Amino acid sequence: MASLFEFLVAAFLVMAGIFGIVGSYGLIKLNDPMSRLHAPTKATTLGVGGVLLASLLHAAVFEEHVSIHELMITLFLFLTAPITANFIAKVHIHRQETRETMPPAGEDDHWATHDKPEDEERRSAGRPDAAQ
Amino acid sequence: MIENAAYFAFACFALAMLMNLWKIVTAPDIADRILALDTMFINAIALMVLYGLALGTEMFFEAAMIIAMLGFVSTVAYARFILRGNIIE
Repeated sequence: MASLFEFLVAAFLVMAGIFGIVGSYGLIKLNDPMSRLHAPTKATTLGVGGVLLASLLHAAVFEEHVSIHELMITLFLFLTAPITANFIAKVHIHRQETRETMPPAGEDDHWATHDKPEDEERRSAGRPDAAQ
Repeated sequence: MIENAAYFAFACFALAMLMNLWKIVTAPDIADRILALDTMFINAIALMVLYGLALGTEMFFEAAMIIAMLGFVSTVAYARFILRGNIIE
């Protein structure tokens, strides 16, 4: 029975290593910046998830204490990875692309991140701290 | 078996970190640099958890948690600074 868990932990570790190396290799290999964004944010996060699963299993089976830390780190990483990816994509869009070079936005005439805050003056006029 | 798999994962994540470092040096644009730094943070977390697994201690999880939080906050702050010229408006 122990050998089954041993095999499982080793398999998780090997998979995690492969995911991690694929993610970072995609970062230097892919040509387009927007596709380059995908390799690290998805594959590397999955790699860390594999390492944390292996660690969780190892602690539970071989050291006989269940620790919740790994689960917290996994949860935190899986929650924050899309947010950082969104921010980095926005940085790329605003530095490299204009409204004209973006692909068509479907039923709208431009992408929402290129919205100009046209009513900003009107909005800030109603605020109490905008008097000066 | 676990030992060999852990060595394999160590080698993979170390190589991944070197590739991130190479990308930081040669990146054409600042968005790539932010991305490579964020990936480096994630790889550092993986290396710390692996080290904790190899030594069998629980000491490294707090450090990994702190690195995870710092990585997220610093990436968002960097991207926000590039986008708006300001972190908190």
